[in-house]
Amino acid sequence: MKRVYVNEAWCLGCHLCEYNCAFANSGLQDMATALKGKPIYPRIHIEGSDAITYAVSCRHCTDPICVKSCIAGAIRKRDGVVRIDQTKCVGCLTCVLVCPYGALSPNENGVMQKCELCLQNSCGEPACVTGCPNRAIVYEEREEDA
Amino acid sequence: MNEYIIIGNGVAAVGCIEGVRSQDAEGRITVISKERHPVYCRPLISYYLEGKTDLSRMPYRDEDFYEKSGCRVLYGLASAQIDPAKQTVTTDDGKTLSYTSVCVATGSSPFVPPIAGLDTVPDKFSFMTLDDALALEEATQTPKRVLIVGAGLIGLKCAEGLHARAASITVCDLADHVLPSILDADCASILQSHLEQNGIRFMLSDTVERFDGCTAHMRSGGTVDFDVLVMAVGVRANTALAKGCGCETNRGVLVGDNMETTVSGIYAAGDCTEGTDASCGQKRVLAILPNAYMQGFTAGVNMAGGTARFDNAIPMNAISFFGLHVMTAGTYDGELYEEKTDGGCKKLYTKDDLLKGFILIGDTTRAGLYTSLIRERTSLQTINFELMKKVATSAAYSSEKRKRSFGGVV
Amino acid sequence: MGVEYLTPEYEVIRNENRCIACGVCVRQCANEVHAFLEGTEKIISDDAKCVDCQRCVSLCPTHALKIVKNDCRLRENANWDNDTIREVYKQANSGGVLLSSMGNPKPLPVYWDKILINASQVTNPPIDPLREPMETRVFLGKRPQKVERGADGKLRCELLPMIELSMPIMFSAMSYGSISYNAHASLARAAQALGICYNTGEGGLHEDFYAYGDNTIVQVASGRFGVHENYLEAARAIEIKMGQGAKPGIGGHLPGSKIVGDVSRTRMIPEGSDAITPAPHHDIYPIEDLRQLVFSLKDATDYRKPVIVKVAAVHNIAAIASGIARSGADVIAIDGFRGGTGAAPTRIRDNVGIPIELALAAVDQRLRDEGIRNDVSLVVGGSVRSASDVVKAIALGADACYIATAALLALGCHLCRTCQSGKCNWGIATQRPDLVKRLNPDVGSERLVHLMDAWRHEIKELMGGMGINSVEALRGNRLMLRGVGLTEKELQILGIAHAGE
Repeated sequence: MKRVYVNEAWCLGCHLCEYNCAFANSGLQDMATALKGKPIYPRIHIEGSDAITYAVSCRHCTDPICVKSCIAGAIRKRDGVVRIDQTKCVGCLTCVLVCPYGALSPNENGVMQKCELCLQNSCGEPACVTGCPNRAIVYEEREEDA
Repeated sequence: MNEYIIIGNGVAAVGCIEGVRSQDAEGRITVISKERHPVYCRPLISYYLEGKTDLSRMPYRDEDFYEKSGCRVLYGLASAQIDPAKQTVTTDDGKTLSYTSVCVATGSSPFVPPIAGLDTVPDKFSFMTLDDALALEEATQTPKRVLIVGAGLIGLKCAEGLHARAASITVCDLADHVLPSILDADCASILQSHLEQNGIRFMLSDTVERFDGCTAHMRSGGTVDFDVLVMAVGVRANTALAKGCGCETNRGVLVGDNMETTVSGIYAAGDCTEGTDASCGQKRVLAILPNAYMQGFTAGVNMAGGTARFDNAIPMNAISFFGLHVMTAGTYDGELYEEKTDGGCKKLYTKDDLLKGFILIGDTTRAGLYTSLIRERTSLQTINFELMKKVATSAAYSSEKRKRSFGGVV
Repeated sequence: MGVEYLTPEYEVIRNENRCIACGVCVRQCANEVHAFLEGTEKIISDDAKCVDCQRCVSLCPTHALKIVKNDCRLRENANWDNDTIREVYKQANSGGVLLSSMGNPKPLPVYWDKILINASQVTNPPIDPLREPMETRVFLGKRPQKVERGADGKLRCELLPMIELSMPIMFSAMSYGSISYNAHASLARAAQALGICYNTGEGGLHEDFYAYGDNTIVQVASGRFGVHENYLEAARAIEIKMGQGAKPGIGGHLPGSKIVGDVSRTRMIPEGSDAITPAPHHDIYPIEDLRQLVFSLKDATDYRKPVIVKVAAVHNIAAIASGIARSGADVIAIDGFRGGTGAAPTRIRDNVGIPIELALAAVDQRLRDEGIRNDVSLVVGGSVRSASDVVKAIALGADACYIATAALLALGCHLCRTCQSGKCNWGIATQRPDLVKRLNPDVGSERLVHLMDAWRHEIKELMGGMGINSVEALRGNRLMLRGVGLTEKELQILGIAHAGE
């Protein structure tokens, strides 16, 4: 299945993916209207040190530990995509405690959110990928152990 | 056709069902449930009282889960007996079912100490099940003074759950600090003052000597008048069933990494078991939801003829009180790295080149990276631990590992 | 301040209604134009540092930025224009030679734009390139003067080594050092994918790019940087660089600060040492010496590699080309005065050399007149900007064109002409690792391939319109060209008739 992959060799640490993500999931038509003057709660985050930067979002693990650990049964994997039912989430952060990638984070209301590959919003394909200026984030099919 | 019987209907049972179905689409699965509810999220009962969830959102799985999994559920059967020689389970309504393999997922029960005068208390509750929560909801329709005996996870979550419904909440515990099973005194004091700021009153290093109706006489000499009493002293693994059919038990039913008990064909999973704590190598009851699911799943796979092992269970908890998050994992053993943050703290314990355990209060960003270091027993020499201990970040890993993590299928 | 103060050339305009303070501009500007006002979410810009490279404009997710020319101008003066006065100020401030990059920006005549292409109408049919085969392939090198037969009476087919190109374009010389590793990787990968060649410039060949040897022209320049046996062996062809259109008659100077790591290894000079390219080849004084170098290189490679001699277009270019043709070179590359560079003295860039169109026409005619046109192929560069420029160049007599500025534009260059600063925000003319990584060769090579694919289509369309179905058939076909607004002399040199004639 297609997933989002990141190549740190090309990540510029520009943080555009975070803004594109926040905008894509805002449901609004204009980025300035959606994001101006507010803190953003993206589902992808730039991490790194002085030397390298890279974007971290849900890996949609083959065997996702967040799904097994969610105390609210809110995280499920369907058609290869790990999704969270935000109406069920109570914000206990158990998923944060177990995710080895640091891919989940709370939204402004303390409800957990995670990358769902922009399948649930109007983007059609991941906004972080479309907006990456250096193709450091790609959305493609890769072989296991590739 | 294989016959699978699962005794218990909690999260471990769901794991077991899904484990079996990952191997065997045909075999018949029978779940024997004591509670009269389809599987629900037990840890949500405090959130239910708090109004953060409701009955419609509490089921752990979709409505058609059992049907889709080809499972029949026998509700309301309090007990059962296993006859390992005949490979049968007899339920308390007298039915005898034969099995190919059986999973004991009986969970745990509240431990209620024999305190004098307890029988004189009109409104007393435990806080383990949805029925407990519903009963407490009923009892607190008007604001009541609540006394909670026990400042552990259950007692404190109950306090938070009842906070908006209660006139006052007093929590007492024999221990000298809150959450004694997962926090040290230092960290506990941060949490305690946060709880106190939210109106919870504590009486620590103190316990009820005797009840006299709605008055608790404390060992320290004082008295607490209350309307509603919640006993949250602790829980005990429900081992009787397994013990009764010859399984070796300690504080829980002893299981191996494949979740089989000492009796062949009988598996156990969830809060009733005692498995290996990978962070210290010792046998422990690890009564937490993630382990219940993973144990259940492992048991299910093995019951259906597959091979699965679950050998990296560790104690871990993510819990929050009035917006303050607390995360703990592993064993607090070894060299301590400590950071005090604004309104919180971080403690990491390292030993033998491994991260053994941690306590985080406040900032819990990407705590899963620490958890993973413990669970995977990652050699700290292979990462930039100097960076990692300050910030949980995969930037501390080698670029090869990051390449696998973020550029590969995981 | 005071007398030394220069007004900023550009003004950064931020639409505060659209700026979401994401900080992309702050993080992306190597010139440090943008910054968060300390302790706030507000971003301020220092116009004085802006070079108008448009990196921030291009990456701003809400399109909140634009850069405009500062309208704080000196008093109008047709003789002393604003830029001229500023240059005087700069020199009075610094006492230094002015440096510039990329090509001559002065409004000197662009003859390509005064030449028009023919098309077939009723007297002969045009060809539809979507239906009919069109040949864009060309071969560069010496052609046999006559058909020869062996003792057995059969044709002798062995030819001297040639460069086969799928289309009449190559990426011209840009050294590793002047441009980044990723820029080179993009050019090399695109050249391979396209079946054309790129050129190492005088910086040597990075070991990673030996794999692209068949699509690589290696340069031997007066500094001899990075020249060794394997380097010559790896190449498709060897180019002796005598001169460069942007700075004829002078050498080059890559400061020691850029001679780091792989650049130092590839150039075979110590880290931190200045790379001085001498103005002359110290072993070439009379033109006979050139012949010696041509044959030294052929000897060194067993006569398997064509040798190109590259010169800048200067006043006596026809005679010079004649001499080169007689030196044994297989290809002559001529670089016009609008050609780009990573750094050149401004006065040289803007005032030395001649337009490539005139040089090409003169050289082609001279070699024909002398009967030696088939001894060499002609490659021209120095501001070939489009497929129509290519077609005009071929019709004027070129075998192929060198392009560099257009290739850099495809890689993201915004022609801010400050390559000499080493802070290229687009990751091209820089060695700073954080900037170099901004050019992902996956993207870069793909864009180069796109550009060349587009040009190939256009070349075919233009040729088809003329009723010509191969580049070989177009070469030197000046009847296909007409001039507009040109003097008799210009038309005479170009060898074309005026429109309407």
